[in-house]
Amino acid sequence: MIEARALNVEKVREDFPILARRIHGHPLVYLDSAATSQKPAAVIDVMDDYYRRYNANPHRGVYAISEEATAAYESARHRVASFINAASPKEVIFCRNTTEAINLVRYSWGRANVHAGDRILLTEMEHHSNLVPWQLLAREVGATLEFLCIDDQGLLELDDLERKLEGVRLLAITHQSNTLGTINPIKAIVEAAHRAGALVLIDGAQAVPHMAVDVRDLDVDFYAFSGHKMCGPTGIGVLWARRALLEAMPPFLGGGDMIKRVKLNEASWNDLPWKFEAGTPSVAEGIGLGAAVDYLRGFGMDAVRAHELEITEYAYEALSEVDRLTVFGPPPSRRAGVISFAMDGIHPHDLATIADRDQVCLRAGHHCAMPLMTRLGVPATARASFYVYTQKEEVDRLVNSIKEAQRIFDGHS
Amino acid sequence: MATADDQFYREYILDHYKNPRNYGRLENPDISHEEDNPLCGDVVGMDFRVKEGVIDDIRFHGRGCAISQASASLLTERLKGMPLDDAKRINKDDVLGELGIEISPARIKCALLSLKVLKVGAYGLADEDEE
Repeated sequence: MIEARALNVEKVREDFPILARRIHGHPLVYLDSAATSQKPAAVIDVMDDYYRRYNANPHRGVYAISEEATAAYESARHRVASFINAASPKEVIFCRNTTEAINLVRYSWGRANVHAGDRILLTEMEHHSNLVPWQLLAREVGATLEFLCIDDQGLLELDDLERKLEGVRLLAITHQSNTLGTINPIKAIVEAAHRAGALVLIDGAQAVPHMAVDVRDLDVDFYAFSGHKMCGPTGIGVLWARRALLEAMPPFLGGGDMIKRVKLNEASWNDLPWKFEAGTPSVAEGIGLGAAVDYLRGFGMDAVRAHELEITEYAYEALSEVDRLTVFGPPPSRRAGVISFAMDGIHPHDLATIADRDQVCLRAGHHCAMPLMTRLGVPATARASFYVYTQKEEVDRLVNSIKEAQRIFDGHS
Repeated sequence: MATADDQFYREYILDHYKNPRNYGRLENPDISHEEDNPLCGDVVGMDFRVKEGVIDDIRFHGRGCAISQASASLLTERLKGMPLDDAKRINKDDVLGELGIEISPARIKCALLSLKVLKVGAYGLADEDEE
């Protein structure tokens, strides 16, 4: 079913309709894939086809198009499960995005298992989506938060990991920093956490789109990611968790589809995964995510990673050669296709505005990681991020825009 | 490609960014107020000395992008010597007009941060007067 293809970036770009767009005569240089990726026609088409040919509520109707919708939606779940090597599709809970997946764990597992005096261990590089839910839980139950620090290269300091794991119920950590690009050594961290009796939740929003992720090999307990950063649509994300944990957890949202039987004063819960999927799901989005998984598997995730590493090495070198520009984070071998940087004398927003005039889509701001900005000692950074469709020529255009910004700002004294 | 940038970052905006007017702090100001924009880390604060209802002296401080800092510098030039009641009537169109460039929706908060400082600061003093 899945078409195997070499990752030829020229050919890849033809798969993404938006990349053919010209604005004021310039091609779009999209360097914000860490925020959301662009979508290939293969994904757009299956969603369109669902609405045009078999739009119906799944898991309900006995008529043909409802059965087609159910089959397509559940087939997507099987493909996602296979993509991350889950033991069963029952462990794949569809939700809105990574944020909702993490909040599901907070409300369902967290409220039942984290108590006053317990500790939750996080890191300084977390996205707000893997920080604020734990702040809220800690406040609610009287738990405390602890943090793993980063060094000046943007790598986690793990020397004191064992000490910091004492009394920890949950370690919640990003697989890959959305700001620094740092890829964290998850396997080693999980081993230490399990030895200390802690469960581990991974924020995989930036990892699953860009590298092979095997939840069983990583031996984690919860793994969350979003569809829209991996060529899929917005509005669909995944919580994977060990089946035994999911079986024991109380429901998250109550409503239709998540129940088995309902009486006026009580109800019993549906089987996994539907126990955690109340209400009509995001059907088209689920089907779209299935197509996105097929699309990425066509290349193989090792080829995706290899392409991004090549672009990242090229960009890291090119940006490092620009005067007065500081690149944050580790060398390319330890990072994914994300580069944050700052320029002396030019605020990141000014850089991004000038880049925008050249149709270079550059992110500027705190990247939903305000504590990390504080740690780096900057109010904001500019960020370029790459994907399967990124070309070296686009990195060149970014560098030209940065030099143009310097020329404009240096022209005045 | 360069010309569009040059128009956006007009010379006088970059001049105000690099050589801000009325930059610094006042000792014992009658009004002192600071606001920030957490989204991009822009900060603008203003100190006012008010004599007989007129802004006798003004200083601003802060850090951030060219738009936020130039906007603050331009605003202080306009405010110096202005009756406080007139200053309260300055609106966003006045501030954007003074900048004289087209501000995209994403940057409008940068451009208007100094106006927010003025509004909150000036109306704060008015409350005290009424007490």
